[in-house]
Amino acid sequence: MTVWALFASVFLACAVEAVEATTIVLAAGTARDWRSALIGLSSAVVVLAVAVVALGPAIGALPIQALRLFVGGFLLVFGLQWLRKAILRAGGYKALHNEDEIFRKQLAAARAAATQSVGIVPDWYAFTLSFKGVLLEGLEVVFIVLTFGTNDGNVPVAGIAAGAAIILVASAGALLRAPLARVPENAMKFAVGTLLTSFGTFWGAEGAGAQWPGSDAALLAIIPLTALLAVGLVAALRFEHRRSSTLAARGPAERSEALR
Amino acid sequence: MIAGKLKAFGAFWYDFIIGDDWRVAVGVVLALAVTAAVSRANVSCWWIVPAAVALLLPGTVWRAARASRTRDTGSSS
Repeated sequence: MTVWALFASVFLACAVEAVEATTIVLAAGTARDWRSALIGLSSAVVVLAVAVVALGPAIGALPIQALRLFVGGFLLVFGLQWLRKAILRAGGYKALHNEDEIFRKQLAAARAAATQSVGIVPDWYAFTLSFKGVLLEGLEVVFIVLTFGTNDGNVPVAGIAAGAAIILVASAGALLRAPLARVPENAMKFAVGTLLTSFGTFWGAEGAGAQWPGSDAALLAIIPLTALLAVGLVAALRFEHRRSSTLAARGPAERSEALR
Repeated sequence: MIAGKLKAFGAFWYDFIIGDDWRVAVGVVLALAVTAAVSRANVSCWWIVPAAVALLLPGTVWRAARASRTRDTGSSS
C-alpha cells in the first residue's frame, strides 16, 4: 500500500470515530460542566495511550504471516459490520445517524442527572459521559492505527493520519460548539466499511497462505468490487423498501392481487 | 456485583469484536480456515475469502432487513 493510501484509509476511519466522540464531549460540556468533560476526555486519552504502549509491541512482535491472518480476520469482521450498518441506513432500513438528534438526547439526559463532585472532578456525570464516549470511540481508532500501521510497516504514518483526523474534527467541534451534523457520516462509514472489508479480504487471505494474482495490485480490483457489491445491495434494499411501502398503502385485496 | 461487572465486560468485547451478527464472524473464521487448508495442498485459493464476503454480506443485510420488516409489520398490526 502506498503511504497516501494508508494515510487516507486511516484518516477517513478515524474522522468518523472522532465525530461521534466530539458529539458526546460537547453534550457533556454544554449541559453540565466543561472542566469535568475535559478531565474525562484527558483521562480517556491517557488510558488509550497506555493501551497503545501495551498492545503496539505485542502486535509488532507477531510474525508477518500470522499478523496478516489475525489482523485481516479482525478487519474483515469489523468492515462487514460497518458496511452492513451503512447499507441498511442507505437502504432505508435503519435510521440515519443523526448527530443533532444524538446531541439533543445526550443533553436532555445530562440535564436531568444529579450533580456529584468527586476529588478534582466537579461533576462526576459529565466526567463519566465524556470518558466513556472518548474511550469507546478511541479504542476503534487505536485498533485501526495499530492494525493498518503494523501491517504496512508504517505505524508513524497511521498515527499521524489518526492525529490529523482527530485534531481537525475536534477543532471544528470546538469552534462551532455544536455537533458536526453536516458531516456526511453514512457516506464516510460506507467508504470506510468498503476499505476495511477490502484490506481484511486481502490481508486475511494472504495470511492464510493465498497468493493474490498481481500481488498488491489485486487491491485495485478488490476495492471497487466490494464497493459495487455494497452499492448493489443498497439498490436492492431501496427497491424492496419502496415495494413494501406501496403494498402497505394498498388495501388487503389489492395487496394479495399484487403478490400473486 | 462482580459477576455483573464481568458480564458487562464480556458483553462489551463481544459487541466490539463480533457485533450484531455472529454468523459473519463465524463465516470469516471458516473462510480463512478453508483458505489455509487449501493453500497447503498447493491449490489456488485466493478466491475463497472474496467468495465468502460475496455470500456473507448479502446474507447479513437480508436477515437484518427481514427482521426490520417483521418488526414494522408487528407494530402496525
